[in-house]
Amino acid sequence: MNQNNVNIQLDDKGRLKHFLAIESLSKNILLEILDTAESFASVNGKAIKKVPLLRGKTVANLFFENSTRTLTTFELAAKRLSADVLNVNMTASSTKKGESLLDTLRNLEAMQCDMFVVRHQDSGAAHFIAEHVAPHVNIINAGDGQHAHPTQAMLDMFTIRHFKGDFSNLTVAVVGDIRHSRVARSQIQALNTLGVKEIRIVAPKTLLPSKIELFGTRVYMNFDTALENVDVVIMLRLQTERMKGALLPSSDEYFSCYGLTQERIKLASPEAIIMHPGPTNRGVEIEGTVADSTQAVILQQVTFGIAVRMAVMSIAISSTEKTIAEAL
Amino acid sequence: MNSIDSTTVNHWIEEMAQQLHSALASDLNESVIVGIHTGGVSIAAILHEKLSLDTPLCELNINFYRDDFSRIGLHPSVGASKLPTTIDNRNIILVDDVIYSGRTIRAAMNELFDFGRPSRIILAVLVQREGREIPIHPDITGQTIVLSPEKQIKLQMPDMSLQIIGTEKIEDTSK
Repeated sequence: MNQNNVNIQLDDKGRLKHFLAIESLSKNILLEILDTAESFASVNGKAIKKVPLLRGKTVANLFFENSTRTLTTFELAAKRLSADVLNVNMTASSTKKGESLLDTLRNLEAMQCDMFVVRHQDSGAAHFIAEHVAPHVNIINAGDGQHAHPTQAMLDMFTIRHFKGDFSNLTVAVVGDIRHSRVARSQIQALNTLGVKEIRIVAPKTLLPSKIELFGTRVYMNFDTALENVDVVIMLRLQTERMKGALLPSSDEYFSCYGLTQERIKLASPEAIIMHPGPTNRGVEIEGTVADSTQAVILQQVTFGIAVRMAVMSIAISSTEKTIAEAL
Repeated sequence: MNSIDSTTVNHWIEEMAQQLHSALASDLNESVIVGIHTGGVSIAAILHEKLSLDTPLCELNINFYRDDFSRIGLHPSVGASKLPTTIDNRNIILVDDVIYSGRTIRAAMNELFDFGRPSRIILAVLVQREGREIPIHPDITGQTIVLSPEKQIKLQMPDMSLQIIGTEKIEDTSK
């Protein structure tokens, strides 16, 4: 109960209201998202690729940081739910004219939006907005600084479950720039909560976060050793724009030690799947032929991302509808 | 009586199969059976077998088409709808266990039309009870049952009996 009081992601009945981070969410809530996403799988096969669930609702995408795939999939997800969608380009907006984040928000609220999907360069931005937003408005975190990218983690979990089934049998390797990756943080939390057998983190020392031992993982600095018997390999992009200071000698050096090559992938389980949140840097973290191989499910991740985001939005709005109905 | 055993239920499904033969005649072989989650799915499967259809057995999850989302939010989900890529120009036999208010069938038809344009929809229900709130009526009925509004009748799985929640006597008003 105490957790509900401090966990702003949940309403007072423990239902998901804001989706901000994987931490502090129960396994049941994560499974609810995956199971609901499963039901949306058939929407792609229909002549009219929509369900009427969010008809009459307005979803505003507030992206303070550039994005193509996340923005596009959120937009598609909301449209498939029959919502009205606003894409507000916050990178070229009133914030540049000095307007505070809260004032921007109040102005947008005055336009009667039901949900904001927020991507921001500062860690904690989505939480901040959720703390100040009007009562029946839902906030979905599309990535905040180096903190979290929970919908990406959930679509990755959906992909793993789709191809590999039961989480409890799986060994998963997360490889690359863990230190600067909000995706990696959320993925590791989700893998832990869903009860994966083993999580292996693979990175050079300079790209490991401090206090890595708190993550419940085994750390490897040798990629070849780490790949033995691995069922899922998640490659992360080398985030050059986030690196301050020379943490690596060169991207060629990185590729030779930590790049996923055709030779290296043979060290993993023969049925291992290869994942990447995108965009991929061919020749830096992954060899082009590997990214295009049948073991790579990178494009399927993108497709599943729509169903998973539909699920998150539906569950959040559903909680608000129930809250409003209960108050009547 | 507060339950109906599976033998009787199977007999009613046999009745439904006979009515479908009469209603569709030579069009039956090309028709597609669609069971509505969850109660209609097992009945659809039995009908599919009894009628020896070559067409695939299909399912509809109407969760996202319900009209009570703003009152009670999302129902727990039961899996994706499974339909052929197109239902254009097909006869659809829509199957459910019980028709009561008619709202489930309204939702099912709205969803079907997002998949395409069927040439015909035949509604086949195991049990029909009074209390329609939408002008929708079955073409094929296993049995008509009178129940007071506070009672519920549900198909029990896996044994395929019908359970009535409550102890009111059922009046059998079949023809």
